[in-house]
Amino acid sequence: MAQTLAEKIIANAAGLDSVAPGEIVTCQVDLAMMHDSAGPRMAGRKLDELGVPVWDLDKLVVITDHYINDDNPEHNGVQKHAYDWVMSHGIKNFIKEQGICHIVLPEGGHVKPGMFIVGGDSHSVTGGAFGTIMVGIGATEMTGVLATGEIWVRVPETVKVDITGNLKPGVSAKDVILKLCGDHGIMGFNYQALEYGGEAVSAMSVEERMTLANMAAELGAKAGYCEPDEKTEAVLTKWGATGIDIQTWRSDPDASYAKTVTVSGDALSPQVAAPSSPENAAPVEAHQGTKLDQAYLGACTGAKLDDLRMAAQVLKGRKVQSGFKFMISPSSLSMQEEARADGTLQILEDAGGVILPMGCSGCIGIGPARLEENAVGISSTNRNFVGRAGPKSSKLFLASPYTVAASAIKGAIADPREFL
Amino acid sequence: MSIIKGSAWAYGANIDTDALAPIGSYSGADNIEAGAVHCLRDMDPGFAKGVKEGDIFVATDNLGIGSSREAAPLFLRTLGIRCVVAKSFARIFYRNCFNIGLPALVCPNAAEIAKGDTLAIDTSTGEIVDETQGTTFRCQPIPDHLMSIVDEGGLMPYLEKKLAKSA
Repeated sequence: MAQTLAEKIIANAAGLDSVAPGEIVTCQVDLAMMHDSAGPRMAGRKLDELGVPVWDLDKLVVITDHYINDDNPEHNGVQKHAYDWVMSHGIKNFIKEQGICHIVLPEGGHVKPGMFIVGGDSHSVTGGAFGTIMVGIGATEMTGVLATGEIWVRVPETVKVDITGNLKPGVSAKDVILKLCGDHGIMGFNYQALEYGGEAVSAMSVEERMTLANMAAELGAKAGYCEPDEKTEAVLTKWGATGIDIQTWRSDPDASYAKTVTVSGDALSPQVAAPSSPENAAPVEAHQGTKLDQAYLGACTGAKLDDLRMAAQVLKGRKVQSGFKFMISPSSLSMQEEARADGTLQILEDAGGVILPMGCSGCIGIGPARLEENAVGISSTNRNFVGRAGPKSSKLFLASPYTVAASAIKGAIADPREFL
Repeated sequence: MSIIKGSAWAYGANIDTDALAPIGSYSGADNIEAGAVHCLRDMDPGFAKGVKEGDIFVATDNLGIGSSREAAPLFLRTLGIRCVVAKSFARIFYRNCFNIGLPALVCPNAAEIAKGDTLAIDTSTGEIVDETQGTTFRCQPIPDHLMSIVDEGGLMPYLEKKLAKSA
């Protein structure tokens, strides 16, 4: 039976020849990832309550990224507990404060096409960029996985997202995904799997595909993925993965999809999502000139190496508005080092940007990038719900790294195409 | 058959996990009771103070969109909520509800339920009797594999039993 990649991976994990949308199956997970917020202190403690060991120490990766790099005593307590738990349970794969889990998991060579992966975080869907099905789960659910290596899955319908043509200068994957949020809403694809493809996706870097997969969460989707290709293989090989198969793990040509939705890459302009939902996306013109108090490049979504380079392209030889707060929290330490080595960070600093420690911080209202009372910000992150990045009175616009950088120059929402 | 009877707290669409469990309310924590008082503080400050043991949480579309944080349903349960009813759910929140022992019902007519209505919910059939309005609403029955988790009171007791059997 012809199947989509989502169906193939789920069938394989369930030990079946094929599966159909709507069917409920039990999958053996190939890999589980959990972070300091929902990992050791929640799922870890519950596993200890059950009194059983981790089902397979080779298949678990623990990453600390949420409550790091600050001096809050409660957060330090979370870190101490995570470290003690990792040590006392013989965890083989522990990535301590190297960056955000969705980035450092693949960077650690743990991810390859065809895997069925669970992650204790809603943006775990990012792993789909590498031709996997990676789904987000909660802490008790993770406890079940840690204890048994199994999880029930309702096979999702697959939706083909065809991104046609070529993205124009100053337009990026973030604009594509915001456009999808605007067109379909934050529950537009609830329970479904999104297969991103088309000419524009083939042309995209793997990091850009990670942005598409990451924000499948903001479309309500269970998973968002790209079929793997030579670019996927090259990046994963560089990151140390072995046994990468980009031939098997593709959708069958005659597979059936619930529907196809299209974004015209040629016609797409930079998008900005107004407070307080990603679905409030509109072309940048709709908000141009809106005064801002700060701009932030950060999170798993918007401060990867490519994101930092996009911002640098706009800011090279320019300055952010005098006194304007422009903060950058790179997605991972290795990307930060690469951006340091190639001069990207220098351009951002020369323009007036301040490099903050890496981690989830600003995206979840922690640290210097937390919005103040009544402040208005723009950010390359993924969510702008009330109370997430600052107090109720604050407001957050979401945009691409290009648009965030352009807005920092003007101290107001700006069209990056003016600077490219 | 188990009937859950209580007073409805009825809300609208897209109630997200940042509204249900603001980050600062549980970031340090291990103390769910202390965090739960912040549940919906920005949207309805009266909720956490007013909710009583046995009450029922009702919303329309896409309840629980956002984070995978389990504090969102845990705060509701800690405050006394015993059943969650919505026109539709965000998938992780939906699973989290069952996992922590809070039955979640998909009810196409959830918008017709008003705040303060007395509801009697039969989780085994998915029938909601709105005693205040004198109406009955039909929900999608809870799937069998989830009903077995509901019957045990959540995934933890379910796992304890399963692991004891296989041991």
